[in-house]
Amino acid sequence: MKAIEIKNLTKTYANGTQALKNVDLQVEEGDFFALLGANGAGKTTIIGIVTDLVKKTSGEVNILGRNIEQDFSRVKKFIGVVPQEINLNIFEKVIDILITQAGYFGIPRLEAIPQAEMLLKRLGLWEKRFGVPRTLSGGMKRRLMIARALMHRPRILFLDEPTAGVDVEIRHEMWQYLRELNTAGMTILLTTHYLEEVEQMCRNAAIIKGGEIIMRDSVKKLVQIMEREVYVVSVQHISGVGPLAHYKAKIMDDTTLEVELSRLETMHDFVLALAKTGMIMTDIRPKGHRLEKLFLEVLKE
Amino acid sequence: MIRSAFQEQCIAFETIVRREIARFTRIWTQTLLPPVITQTLYFVIFGKFIGSRIGDIHGISYMAFIVPGLVMMAVINSAFSNVVSSFFSVKFQRSIEEVLVSPTSNTAIIAGYVMGGVIRGILVGLIVFIVSIFFTRPVIQHFGIIIIFIILTAFVFSLAGLINAIFAKKFDDVSIFPTFVLTPLTYLGGVFYSVHSLPGFWQKISLFNPILYMVNGFRYGFYGFSDVGVGESILFLVALTGVLTYANFYLLEKGIGIKS
Repeated sequence: MKAIEIKNLTKTYANGTQALKNVDLQVEEGDFFALLGANGAGKTTIIGIVTDLVKKTSGEVNILGRNIEQDFSRVKKFIGVVPQEINLNIFEKVIDILITQAGYFGIPRLEAIPQAEMLLKRLGLWEKRFGVPRTLSGGMKRRLMIARALMHRPRILFLDEPTAGVDVEIRHEMWQYLRELNTAGMTILLTTHYLEEVEQMCRNAAIIKGGEIIMRDSVKKLVQIMEREVYVVSVQHISGVGPLAHYKAKIMDDTTLEVELSRLETMHDFVLALAKTGMIMTDIRPKGHRLEKLFLEVLKE
Repeated sequence: MIRSAFQEQCIAFETIVRREIARFTRIWTQTLLPPVITQTLYFVIFGKFIGSRIGDIHGISYMAFIVPGLVMMAVINSAFSNVVSSFFSVKFQRSIEEVLVSPTSNTAIIAGYVMGGVIRGILVGLIVFIVSIFFTRPVIQHFGIIIIFIILTAFVFSLAGLINAIFAKKFDDVSIFPTFVLTPLTYLGGVFYSVHSLPGFWQKISLFNPILYMVNGFRYGFYGFSDVGVGESILFLVALTGVLTYANFYLLEKGIGIKS
C-alpha cells in the first residue's frame, strides 16, 4: 500500500511564487524516504500541504489510500509532523506540551500521561519534564518536537530537517531512535541537509528542484549513479605521477595526491599502481560525500 | 480504547479550555488583577467623589447606577483581550500548528478559545461585582436577565477577539481594535450616564452602539429599568453572536491569517 501518493500537486503562493509544479511522488508504507533539495526547492511546502498547514492550489494527495480533501480529520490521525522551525508553546511545561498535543487528537489525559512519560524517558527529556522550552537546548527542543509528533502513535512521520543544529552525538541517538521506529513499521519521510543522514538511514529518495521532482530512486542506486569517485591519497613523498595518469592524479602538495576511480576500478589495482611508482601510501580517504556530490551535480544541471 | 468522533472533539475542546484557564490563572497579575484595580478606581473617583455631587438617577444613587456598567466593562475587556492575546500568541510562536495538524475541528477550536474568554470575562466580572459591594449595595431584581446578558456579552467579545487575532499580523494589531473602537464604544455605551440625558440627535446615534444594549440589559437585571428594550437587546446579542460565529468559521475554514 502507498503510504503517501501525490499526483500533479501544484502550489502558487499569494505573491505569485510557484512553489510546486505538478509534483508526483509515491512513498510505500514502511519506507524510510528522503526528500532532498536546496532551500526554497519546495520540500517544506509538500509537507505543509500533506499536514494541512498549507493550502494546495491543485492536485491530489492520498494518505494510506485516503484522499486528504475528503477525509482530512481521519487522515491526520495517521500523520505525525516535526516541523523545520521550533514551534513549541514557550509558556507550557514540557510534559504539558505532550499531554495537550494528545488532547488535540482526542486522547484523554489519563491515557496520554503514560505515553508522554515513555517518550520523555526514551528521548532523554525526563529530567526536564517540568521545565519550559526556553530552558531546553536546541537538541532537546528538536527531541521534544519528535516526542510531540509521536504522542498519538502515527503511522507516518514527517520530519522536516529534524537534526538541524543538533550536535553529532545527539544526532546519532536520534537516528537510532528513528531507525527503531521505522523497523517497527512506521513510514518516515525526511528532509535534511545532512546527506550522510540520508545515506545512513533512508532506503529511497527524491531530489526536488524549483518545485519539481527531478530524480527519484533508491539511495543505493543514486549513489551508484556516481560514475567516478575522488580520493585523497597521502604519501611519504611524491616522486612523479606519470604512471598514475589513468587515474587523473593531481598533485595537491608535497605529500598529497587526488585521484579518481571509476565504478569498474578496484582500490586494489590502484594501490598496486601506486606501489609501482615507488611512493609509500600513508592514508587514503574519499574526498567529500558521494551523495552530496551527486546532489550538487544534479542541482547544477 | 475506541472513541467516537464526537467524543474526540469533546476531548480536544476540553484540552483547549483547560489550557486557556491554566494560561490566565498562571499570569493572574496580568489578567485578573488589573481590571479589578481599574474598576475600583472608577468606584472611588466616579462613584464616591463625583457621584456624591450628581445625585440619584432613576431613584438610585449614582454609585449603584454605575455598578452594572463597570461590571460589564470588565467583562467586555477581559473576554476580548483573553482570546485576542492567547490566539495571537500561539499564532506568533507558530504553536498554533499543533492544533492545525491535528483532527481538532474548527468548531472545537472556536468553542475552546471562546469558552476560555467567556470564563475569564465572567470571573473578572464576578470579582468586580464583589468589590462593588464594598461601595454600595446593588439590588438584583432579575437574576436570569443578568446571567443571560453577562454570558451573551462575554460570547460576543470573545468571538470578536478571535477575529481580531486571526487578522492580526503583529503585536500592534492586537491593540488597535481595543484602543480605537472598544474603549470609545464602552465609554459611550451608557456605563456612566443614561442616554436619556443626551440631546435627541446623540440619543439616536447611541442606538447604533452595541455596548449600549449590553449595559442597559444588564442594568435592567439589577434595577428593573433600561434605556432600551430588554427583549430587543437579547435578540440583538443573539444575532451578533450568530454573525460573529459564522465569520470565525469562515475565516478558519479559508485558513485566513493562519495558513499560507
